Amino acid sequence: MPNRVVITGLGVCAPNALNSISFSNALDKKVSGIQFHAQLKELNFGCQIAGKPLITQDHLNKYFTPLQQRGLNASGLVYGVIAGVDAWNDAGLLPTDKEKTDWDSGVIFGTGILGIDKLREAIYLIDEGKTKRLGSTSVLQTMASGISAYLGGILGCGNQVTTNSSACTTGTEGVLMAYDRIAAGKAVRIITGSCSDSGPYVWGGFDAMRILPRNYNDSPTMASRPMSATAAGFVPGSGAGAMVLESLESALARKAPIYAEVMGGSVNSGGQRSGGTMTAPNSEAVQRCIQEALKQSKVSSEEIDAINGHLTATSKDMVEIENWSRALGRDGKDFPYINSFKGLLGHCLAAAGSIECVGTVLQISNGQIYGNANCEDLHPEISRIIDPSRVLQQTLTRAPDVVAKASFGFGDVNACVIFKKFYN
Amino acid sequence: MTKEERYTQLKAIISPYLPEDVTVDTITPESNFIKDLNINSANLVDIVLDVEDAFDITLENEDMDSMQTVQDALRIIESKVA
Repeated sequence: MPNRVVITGLGVCAPNALNSISFSNALDKKVSGIQFHAQLKELNFGCQIAGKPLITQDHLNKYFTPLQQRGLNASGLVYGVIAGVDAWNDAGLLPTDKEKTDWDSGVIFGTGILGIDKLREAIYLIDEGKTKRLGSTSVLQTMASGISAYLGGILGCGNQVTTNSSACTTGTEGVLMAYDRIAAGKAVRIITGSCSDSGPYVWGGFDAMRILPRNYNDSPTMASRPMSATAAGFVPGSGAGAMVLESLESALARKAPIYAEVMGGSVNSGGQRSGGTMTAPNSEAVQRCIQEALKQSKVSSEEIDAINGHLTATSKDMVEIENWSRALGRDGKDFPYINSFKGLLGHCLAAAGSIECVGTVLQISNGQIYGNANCEDLHPEISRIIDPSRVLQQTLTRAPDVVAKASFGFGDVNACVIFKKFYN
Repeated sequence: MTKEERYTQLKAIISPYLPEDVTVDTITPESNFIKDLNINSANLVDIVLDVEDAFDITLENEDMDSMQTVQDALRIIESKVA
């Protein structure tokens, strides 16, 4: 029998909130984290708005020593450490003593690219022939696994410490990697999450692809419109989400708070075949991923109360709804409630999955299903498949029992995880 | 700048790199950066950069190799600030 796996800690560093309590409040009250950024205007971006966590120096001082702050120029690393340390503390856990390694605890914390501002700094110095001036921090802040390495060192983790990367699927994939390892008895607890840097050097490539909205620079909070008839592309975001996954046995022994149970899930790829490309999903793969997630979780389609979709606010939202509907065999009024947090956060790229998983789990623990922002004008192609009542405009006070969360990413990669209210 | 002032400034540069359980008072001219002060060897390159900035000098690779103790660092700084 695989171990049951539960969630005992949450942490988040999102564009609209810097901890899980204010995050749940922000999702409930529809507080947007999307703002105009003058730097993007100066750099001639078409899309000059973005979602970025607003970190103060005081905040930074709580998580990083003065020495760690010297030459620190990796925003994703900052977000990841804040979310990760918070999740650990939230689970009632503390960093180990200086001479003690926690062999049972691991870190699986993903990213797309880490420390791109630091990398830029290094490239300029190297091109000027000043390689020596890079100092000791360049590698640590720009290696992808810098985030898991930092967290592992701060907390004293001695189990697997690694970084996964699968574009916008990263965070949701990480939950399943952690789940598998704990279910198999190879770790007792794992802090899993993902982070994504802020700034023009991460977002520029997407602006060049012309998949970001260009007509909302004066009305940033209206720009991210998942499922809307007037969706105009995704708003770039950034941040980090983190959760502590733990064997049920350990959580009960520690009398830890339990937010929800991870029932299982699935990851796959469409192989960039049958309509799937580097940037678009193969619908058959998406449906298989959702169905396999149910099978692995031993949850039936009818049990799904709510879905937190990938739903980025592009023309692919309709395709996603259709895929959910076909995979679950449910439509019209019978379709589960579905929401996207991207209307408030933007698309936090590699951090999207983890931040949204935190929000999804908060729905279960707080007994709410959060409303959608900016889709009063639901896309007619969507209302043709599901009843508009399934797309909540305001938060509903109703505790969902089982929630499905999916993320899809460039490379035609998919991940779907099933969370359930914890019953002993 | 006197010899004493240079020593004081060097101690200030080293201070943030000290582990929590080592205080700045522990530093003596004879202190070995790694063995006595427990400074992470990776941070030695950062101390060198800070020294270069503070004294407006450039340290060569051979200078860095011979910089084992606080006294070594002072000797190298003195030879450069002429």
